[in-house]
Amino acid sequence: MTSRAVVTGIGVVAPNGIGVDDYWSATCGGQSGVRRITRFDPRPYPAKLAGEVPGFSAEEHLPSRLIPQTDRMTQLALVGADHALADAGVHADDVPEFGMGVVTASSCGGFEFGQRELQNLWSMGGQYVSAYQSFAWFYAVNTGQISIRHGMRGPSGVLVSDQAGGLDAVAHACRLVRNGSDLIVSGGVDASLCSWGWVAQLASGRLSVSEQPERAYLPFDAGAAGHVPGEGGAILIVEDPDAARGRGASDVYGEVCGYGATFDPKPGSARNPALRKAIEIALDDAGLTPGEVDVVFADAAAIPELDRVEATAITEVFGARAVPVTAPKTMTGRLASGGAPLDVAAAFLSMRSGVIPPTTNVTLSPEYDIDLVAPGARRASVATAVVLARGFGGFNSAIVLRSVDWNETKERSLNGAR
Amino acid sequence: MAPGEFTIDDLRNILHEAAGENDAADVDVGTMDTEFVQLGYESLALLETNVRIERKFGIKLDDSTVFDSTTPRALIEAVNARLIEDARDGGSAPSA
Repeated sequence: MTSRAVVTGIGVVAPNGIGVDDYWSATCGGQSGVRRITRFDPRPYPAKLAGEVPGFSAEEHLPSRLIPQTDRMTQLALVGADHALADAGVHADDVPEFGMGVVTASSCGGFEFGQRELQNLWSMGGQYVSAYQSFAWFYAVNTGQISIRHGMRGPSGVLVSDQAGGLDAVAHACRLVRNGSDLIVSGGVDASLCSWGWVAQLASGRLSVSEQPERAYLPFDAGAAGHVPGEGGAILIVEDPDAARGRGASDVYGEVCGYGATFDPKPGSARNPALRKAIEIALDDAGLTPGEVDVVFADAAAIPELDRVEATAITEVFGARAVPVTAPKTMTGRLASGGAPLDVAAAFLSMRSGVIPPTTNVTLSPEYDIDLVAPGARRASVATAVVLARGFGGFNSAIVLRSVDWNETKERSLNGAR
Repeated sequence: MAPGEFTIDDLRNILHEAAGENDAADVDVGTMDTEFVQLGYESLALLETNVRIERKFGIKLDDSTVFDSTTPRALIEAVNARLIEDARDGGSAPSA
């Protein structure tokens, strides 16, 4: 990446905390949001646990006009965006409307809204289907609603590649900043914890059927047997450093300095899985060597074959037990498009706090030669982090993040030494 | 349902149910001639409102009603005109 983009604000809506502070203290303390599903009756289904965002009431946070036209995932995303913009200290008139855009990730759209309207259609008839179904279910709806709410009329879009999409969206936000946009709202939030969304996820064959929250999602453990899904994610404010400086941003979390994305060979192919290549491309893009990376946030599929692919890729690129690896998503479940943006948030918070959050409940399988941060958090100086994410169907993405000394940069900038 | 009974209160209630309340202006006697767009209700909100009026009052509005009735007064008049027409035709079920 030639010119960099900085992250200036974070908004978190996670099963173990709403808001950066609550999320981070829960995450470093190993506090999980995984529990038995309450949003619908899970008894008829083989998988019964999920990471639910508890106690979220859209009416408390959003105008009445937005409630009838939004799915829960959009309500969570709008609140996440409000938090992120406030965290960045961005005010309505700070940035020209065409200088701001929105690029989020989505994996499935507004399932809960769609389920309700389909039930209305088949039980009562077309006259009972909300006119808002026309867009409330749609992949791009979080992007659209954030854009409308904040008057952001610059380049916008949505990336759909399951869990990998969360990184693909952030990378695209950086691309738009390189192409001249001042500010892009990015990240992702998903929420499809309804019976229709649940059977769609069950079809992947990757859901854990354990009913014990502390034994259900065990990536890199000999007992790995699928994952627990969750809802939520994170919204990130991505800015051009000079534009951020120009509006008076007082601090930044860090910069996005490298990205790589690959696609796996078709099943049964003799060729190798492409995750390793995504990491190598991202490091190359950042101009960094593997030895300069302080922590890796793993995709952590908890499917033995996929864990093996990921552990092998990490070991081949970084060396055996050469870099701390963690998966705080064991405390939230896999959040589809929201998972990787939440890991990006966690990576920046690790830099700020000097703490790598733990991979809870996991006992590392002797099969894997990685330095897993488990079962508790670890104190460490973190300046550079890599986040990995894989999407169902063969998507692999890697992103490289680095801390920035904002005030140091400011002096350099003032001295004209840039 | 007797003819000519669709009131500003009915409209306000159905609008709120269909599309939520606005913080700023609301539909009342003082805004009878203010455009819906000015009141913060876009075309989808009005489409949803019209469908709910149809369900609640057992009538069928013309597709053009939603686009032509740009103010509360115009919409109330269109609905009442249809209610009167249906009553004159013998209170038959709404045409499909």
